[in-house]
Amino acid sequence: MTDLTDLGVKAIRDGVAAGTFSAREVAEAFNANVAAAQDALNAFIVATPEKALEAAEAVDAARAKGETLGKMAGVPIGMKDLFATQGVQTTAASHILEGFIPQYESTVSANLWKAGAGMLGKLNLDQFAMGSSNETSYFGNVISPWRKQGSNAGLAPGGSSGGSSAAVAARLCPAATGTDTGGSIRQPAAFTGITGIKPTYGRCSRWGIVAFASSLDQAGPMARDVTDCAIMLEAMAGFDPKDSTSLNLTVPEWTDGLDADMSGHRVGIPKEYRMEGTDPDILESWDNGIAWLRDAGAEIVEVSLPHTKYALPAYYIVAPAEASSNLARYDGVRYGLRDLPEGANLQEMYAATRAAGFGDEVKRRIMIGTYVLSAGFYDAYYNQAQRVRTLISQDFKAAFEHCDVILAPTTPTASFPLGDKSDDPLAMYLNDVFAVPASLAGLPAMSVPAGLNKDGLPLGLQLIGKAFDEQGVLNAGLAIEQRAGFTARPEKWW
Amino acid sequence: MSSYRIQGVTGEWEVVIGLEVHAQVTSNAKLFSGASTEFGAEPNAQVSLVDAAMPGMLPVPNRECIRQAVRTGMAIEAQINKWSRFDRKNYFYADLPQGYQISQLYHPLVGEGSLLIEADEKAGIPADKRIGIERIHVEQDAGKLMHDQHPTMSYVDLNRSGVALMEIVSKPDMRSPAEAGAYVRKLRSILRYVGSCDGNMEQGSMRADVNVSVRKPGDEFGTRTETKNVNSVRFVMAVIEQEARRQVDLIEDGGKVVQETRLYDPDRNETRSMRSKEDAHDYRYFPDPDLLPLDLDDDFLVECRESLPELPDAKKRRYVEELGLSEYNATQLTAEVEGFRRFEDVLSATASALGKGDKDVATQVANWTLSVAPGVLNALGDEAKVENNTAAASAAILKMQDAGEISGGQAKEIYEIVLKTGREPTEIAETEGLKQLSDTGAIESVIDEVLANNADKVEEYRGGKDKLFGFFVGQTMKALQGKGNPAVVNQILKDKLG
Amino acid sequence: MSVDRETVAKIASLARIQMDDAALDRMVPEFNGILAWVEQLGEVDTSGVEPMTAVIPNHQRLRDDVVDADPLTGGGIRDKVLANAPAAEHGFFGVPKVIE
Ligand SMILES: [Mg+2]
Ligand SMILES: [Zn+2]
Repeated sequence: MTDLTDLGVKAIRDGVAAGTFSAREVAEAFNANVAAAQDALNAFIVATPEKALEAAEAVDAARAKGETLGKMAGVPIGMKDLFATQGVQTTAASHILEGFIPQYESTVSANLWKAGAGMLGKLNLDQFAMGSSNETSYFGNVISPWRKQGSNAGLAPGGSSGGSSAAVAARLCPAATGTDTGGSIRQPAAFTGITGIKPTYGRCSRWGIVAFASSLDQAGPMARDVTDCAIMLEAMAGFDPKDSTSLNLTVPEWTDGLDADMSGHRVGIPKEYRMEGTDPDILESWDNGIAWLRDAGAEIVEVSLPHTKYALPAYYIVAPAEASSNLARYDGVRYGLRDLPEGANLQEMYAATRAAGFGDEVKRRIMIGTYVLSAGFYDAYYNQAQRVRTLISQDFKAAFEHCDVILAPTTPTASFPLGDKSDDPLAMYLNDVFAVPASLAGLPAMSVPAGLNKDGLPLGLQLIGKAFDEQGVLNAGLAIEQRAGFTARPEKWW
Repeated sequence: MSSYRIQGVTGEWEVVIGLEVHAQVTSNAKLFSGASTEFGAEPNAQVSLVDAAMPGMLPVPNRECIRQAVRTGMAIEAQINKWSRFDRKNYFYADLPQGYQISQLYHPLVGEGSLLIEADEKAGIPADKRIGIERIHVEQDAGKLMHDQHPTMSYVDLNRSGVALMEIVSKPDMRSPAEAGAYVRKLRSILRYVGSCDGNMEQGSMRADVNVSVRKPGDEFGTRTETKNVNSVRFVMAVIEQEARRQVDLIEDGGKVVQETRLYDPDRNETRSMRSKEDAHDYRYFPDPDLLPLDLDDDFLVECRESLPELPDAKKRRYVEELGLSEYNATQLTAEVEGFRRFEDVLSATASALGKGDKDVATQVANWTLSVAPGVLNALGDEAKVENNTAAASAAILKMQDAGEISGGQAKEIYEIVLKTGREPTEIAETEGLKQLSDTGAIESVIDEVLANNADKVEEYRGGKDKLFGFFVGQTMKALQGKGNPAVVNQILKDKLG
Repeated sequence: MSVDRETVAKIASLARIQMDDAALDRMVPEFNGILAWVEQLGEVDTSGVEPMTAVIPNHQRLRDDVVDADPLTGGGIRDKVLANAPAAEHGFFGVPKVIE
């Protein structure tokens, strides 16, 4: 019998539905992988094998009764620990939320459970989703299952959804939720040779997701291939009246609409993404992507996104500004850590609690955000950044007059060794240089594996679509997936 | 112009006042959550996950709160901004779970408007005056801190956290405590007419931040202080007096007024500096990224306007111009919602009982509702049952009085019985003998007797001593035991005396 | 624009993050490094450009004024609200005594 943990979302769901294997068998197999890899990969903050079994048994029982099964029936998944899960500790990988047990379930996770998915555990991440290497987690960094050829050095699984990317790549789960604020689904997907899509801002409800930067945060699936992402996104997405920014649109049947024939479609190649310092391997894979899409029938056109260079600095004003305010609620009064030094007053308690509860990167961003919003600087920083954001959005609109979807690299390099950039915030930020523009414009964007670099590490290609056009993104992704023939997987060392 | 002046050693000073009134919007649920707004619940019983700022919680605005703020704006003839948005005001305090208050700084829902305060010679307001209103914005209320329940801890109750407030910001147009008092009263009246706030200051539904500065008349504005959360009209006026006096004394002693937040202590009747909030001045306002801009459509605005009732100023004008009431009565009747409602109920009941127009009975009804009825009600106190005090009963009494069946005194007596028992006024008049005599024949014979018994006085009257007419009336009424219809008595006496 | 240690300390205090000297020593250069880098935005001519308000065109929906319409956003859940409180007493959240 095949190893069930080699299967993806669609294969598991269809196998369970057909009775080839039971949901319980699937859950057990993944539970075992989760437990076996925990010490080496540190992908989970909390494992919840009993939750996975419980959900699986419910699916098996429903099937036995001949009930209609959900889109994710029998599929156990990993849940990024940014989603509030009722009765299960939710930390955002921070000390300040250590021990926090939500009395509510996030909309996205609730949607997934309703569709028949089960929870294997809460996945590690960069603290409050701030980071690109998973090194800012209070619970220790995740280790990528990938290794450079000829080296045992620990590599970054990307961030902030690094637990998700590592777990999917290492077959600890067939799929996982991610959130993307400035690349946090796409960059880790690229680093670990998996597929991840950030949908249009507003497709997935933000209700119950620990907020980082409200105008950017968007949940999405991370899985092994495009089809699995489409299935899972259908289950996650949907209008939620509890989120003012939720899109009141019916969720398209993206899976049914998958079509890799690109004839009649134009693919835009943004010239400003050919940046100095970009890894030649990355540029080569980009050229491969162009060739594959042309082969799929697409017309390739050059497009211009003139303000690309300013996306990252704009992001590093807007996101910290929003974060500085969003994270003000962590004050030791209603939940989470309280540090009350002897004789401290209320304001001193706040300062002590937050000093003890937040990691360095979180503090850095809160500080920057506080500064750019403070009296006298608001216009020069925050408003200027939001104006630049308007220009970036207009750039995309103009580009989409000439093309249907944009192809670009996901990251400027492949995964790097842990510790390589952790002392240099700016070098770390540059990881997201290609990912951030789509985030600022709220556009759907996905990363698909495109091959390995000369060190044997995965590289991703990014597809950016028009607002609401997840289908166009998924289809172009599928066209690449079919031609890239990416079958590499990390050799098991854990 | 107000002549209110503070006497200093260096001469006279003028006080400049602006008010920021926080009015709780009348709504069932909170501004951004479904928790109830009802007053007086157990601590933290009316708190949602949203109000407690649990991780991942998001705000969704309550339509009714927006609607009531828009209607309020329309009531002060303000500019309504179809496009507005919410901003976050960031600061740390235990009554503020999010670490920010969702408010509106840059694009408020309601722009400039004004309201009229009326001349009140006695209070030192010589003429009507229009007070400018800068804006009205919608924002969240904070929770409550309790300091006296534990030796080392304060307790936090978030029941109020997230309740919708309108902040109504005046221009610095007031120049005396009396003007400020009149402004708050008028604003309260308008809010209650509109139904956007119950105006209950004791329960904190309305509270004012009082901005006060002083200057030599004609000079530039001085530095102002803001005394927070003053919760009665009387205290608003007291704060202004105390604060103006303090500032004048300070300046004349060579000191300088510091722009700061102060607190009023009613027990000592003084304001003091609130140092605890001093470092919170950098609020880092920015648009709330969890919310989209409000974009009100025309249908919404039309409904807001069409659902507005007649407002105090217009009502008063109509009472004077169409009903022929005196300025004074019209002012009295329109000052409060209860007053005009009572008046209008009795007016329409009386007009239809008499088959007359409103105008024909308005003065009579106004006198009844403003002085006669309250007199009886007050005298009765708890003995009066509210449910007996119907407009129909008042109308029936007024109808009998109008027809001359009962006297004014009898009307009061009947009303008293109505209030106590709920019996029918006509039945009371009948069975309690509370009717006047209008039978001409009977009155004539009594008058003949009076004139016969006082032949000497009749002589004197006819000789030109007109004043004696009242004597005959008195004697006749006495003989009729007060039940004679005065008009009939007068007429017959006049005829007989020639 | 480079900011001094005192300014950074002020920002830390505004953000309610206690920082000792060592923490400030580390923060000041990082802070300035990031600021100097984001300041390149100043080069962009944004005259006549509106700051972004809604990233995806969307209408602010307004909720009906109904109490507890959705249990997830309604009240009457004191136990849930207090469940994670570091100091819950008599139905309140306890904090160090505030002197106003
Ligand atoms: Mg104020
Ligand atoms: Zn206010």
